[in-house]
Amino acid sequence: MTHLRPVPDPKPRQPDPEGAGVPTIAELERWATVLRIDCVSMLAVAKSGHLDSSLSAADIMAALYYRILRHDPKNPSWPERDRFVLSKGHAAPILYAALAHTGYFPREDLMGLRQIGAHLQGHPDMNRTPGVEVSTGSLGQGLSMSLGIALALRLDGLDDTAHVFALLSDGDIQEGQTWEAATAGPHYKVKNLTAIVDYNHLQTDGTTEEVMDTGDVRAKFESFGWDAVEIDGHDMNAIVEALERSRTLDRPAAVVCQTKKGKGVSAMEGRFGFHGKPPSPELAQEAWEELEALYARQSEALQNGDSEGES
Amino acid sequence: MAVAVAEPKSEPIATRQAYGDALLALGQAYDDVVALDADLAVSTQSIKFGKEFPERFFNCGAAEANMMSMACGLAATGKVPYASTFAIFAAGRAYDQVRLGIAHNELKVRIGASHGGVSLGEDGASHAMIEDIALMRAMPCMQVVVPADYNQAYRAVLHSYEENDEPMYMRFGRPATPIVYEDIPETLGNGVDVLREGKDITLIATGHMVWRALEAADALEREDGVEAEVLNVSIIKPLASEPVLESISKTGVAVTAEEHRIAGGLADAVRTVAAEQHPVPIFAVGMGDEFSVSGTGEACMEHFGLTSRGIADRAREALVLKPIVARGPLFGPEWT
Repeated sequence: MTHLRPVPDPKPRQPDPEGAGVPTIAELERWATVLRIDCVSMLAVAKSGHLDSSLSAADIMAALYYRILRHDPKNPSWPERDRFVLSKGHAAPILYAALAHTGYFPREDLMGLRQIGAHLQGHPDMNRTPGVEVSTGSLGQGLSMSLGIALALRLDGLDDTAHVFALLSDGDIQEGQTWEAATAGPHYKVKNLTAIVDYNHLQTDGTTEEVMDTGDVRAKFESFGWDAVEIDGHDMNAIVEALERSRTLDRPAAVVCQTKKGKGVSAMEGRFGFHGKPPSPELAQEAWEELEALYARQSEALQNGDSEGES
Repeated sequence: MAVAVAEPKSEPIATRQAYGDALLALGQAYDDVVALDADLAVSTQSIKFGKEFPERFFNCGAAEANMMSMACGLAATGKVPYASTFAIFAAGRAYDQVRLGIAHNELKVRIGASHGGVSLGEDGASHAMIEDIALMRAMPCMQVVVPADYNQAYRAVLHSYEENDEPMYMRFGRPATPIVYEDIPETLGNGVDVLREGKDITLIATGHMVWRALEAADALEREDGVEAEVLNVSIIKPLASEPVLESISKTGVAVTAEEHRIAGGLADAVRTVAAEQHPVPIFAVGMGDEFSVSGTGEACMEHFGLTSRGIADRAREALVLKPIVARGPLFGPEWT
């Protein structure tokens, strides 16, 4: 993509290229760092997009794409695959990073984010990007779409194997439609649907508590008839455990993840004012340095045989 | 298994009945057909499908946004969803869900919108949808189908499964209306049928206004000696421009008729084609800048002039203009 500025050395990482089997918690944590680094790179080049919303979901996405989802990047339309729906479509960069790293399309494509002629749209587009199940971006629609997918899988007799995971933001939780879907899920008795809430407590105009307090989201899902748990959305052990458990249940599951917006970049972490704003070159540099230092520590720990991870 | 085609109706019957009957026939023939409704299954007639195929029928309750996005998910996973509710909710309340989930994804979802227009009657302005065609015409990648009677509506529903894979909005009506097509037509064709030939003026109608346009043509012949050509537009988008241009270039003047806002509706679609390729005076019968009111369906149609007399009167006004326009510009270059 010659019209793009040269990529500010994102230092492509290929940890464990031949690593077979199930990634360990420590490996997943390092993958989350890799995805975060790529998000910073994409946004620094695109000069547009939602970085902090992507970073808060990085651990969840690493767990999903490297361990939880049964998927085949070489055969994106495999009928029995698990489905992932990014209801918080503005976090597209983290999805694109996961799709590229797991082999849906070349990593070089990431640098075309939000550019004319590139397939990576500002919000996920199922007809342009391999691995995107449905287009999203207008908040509140993803859980309903996921419910439709879950029901179609049931009609095909696949609901014991193919699971649907939807990732929601606190903005999704504010949209009324999410609660229409939350009502309908238990009504239809779907068992292959998990709603993951990336509850990072910050939105465009301020904190969710200031703008529109969504209260106890876990309790809300529970009162709608869902199996609902609340975890630390940056605790890889907890994420993997909760998501693996969610697919064994006989009713829809909600996993409310308490997260920090901008997680991994100290200058942004939990701080208001970065939503929808690309990082300045200085901030991007700072972010790369911090994340690459973390990557180095994680790699070192892995080499020393520490498979339990940092946390 | 081939789909069963119903016996044609001959007595007045609502187009929504055809939706229910044909949807059931599709369900019997094809396993991938699923249906959704939003607590209006008896009104939209999707209940017929729901009773026979409960496992493939999803009543979403009064939650139209959820229904449209669910239809998106079902279609993305290989099903052919028919999502039914009143036109007001399908095109209005769930606009964004239809736009992003269905049209933008170019998914084979069929929106069965019943109770379109003011002939819905007593429920009044809050329920009488008079701008759905405009909304759905403006939406990229969305087709708009408005059948004229039961028999054509039945074909339209079969067509929506068998002949076409793009997103489709289908508008049906509440009241029983007279039959226009003697048989279930073999096809929707290009979506524009010449129902009556004439040389003096073209009446271009859709939906419930088609039989009224035919009545108007009779009246014009009887009372004015005018030979009106009548076109039924069942596919408003994409509009087949050729049959429209062929007719208006022959007659030189036209009247459109729809149970809908003139702005954005059939009138706009026809005028756009004409303005670019064969400008002639085109008068419109339809709703102005106003909401509907409560009354019986027929009283509402009368109230807004959506009648055969309304069409005939507009035709007479248009015909006055015809010789003036035919004479050419009053101050054209040849006058100087």
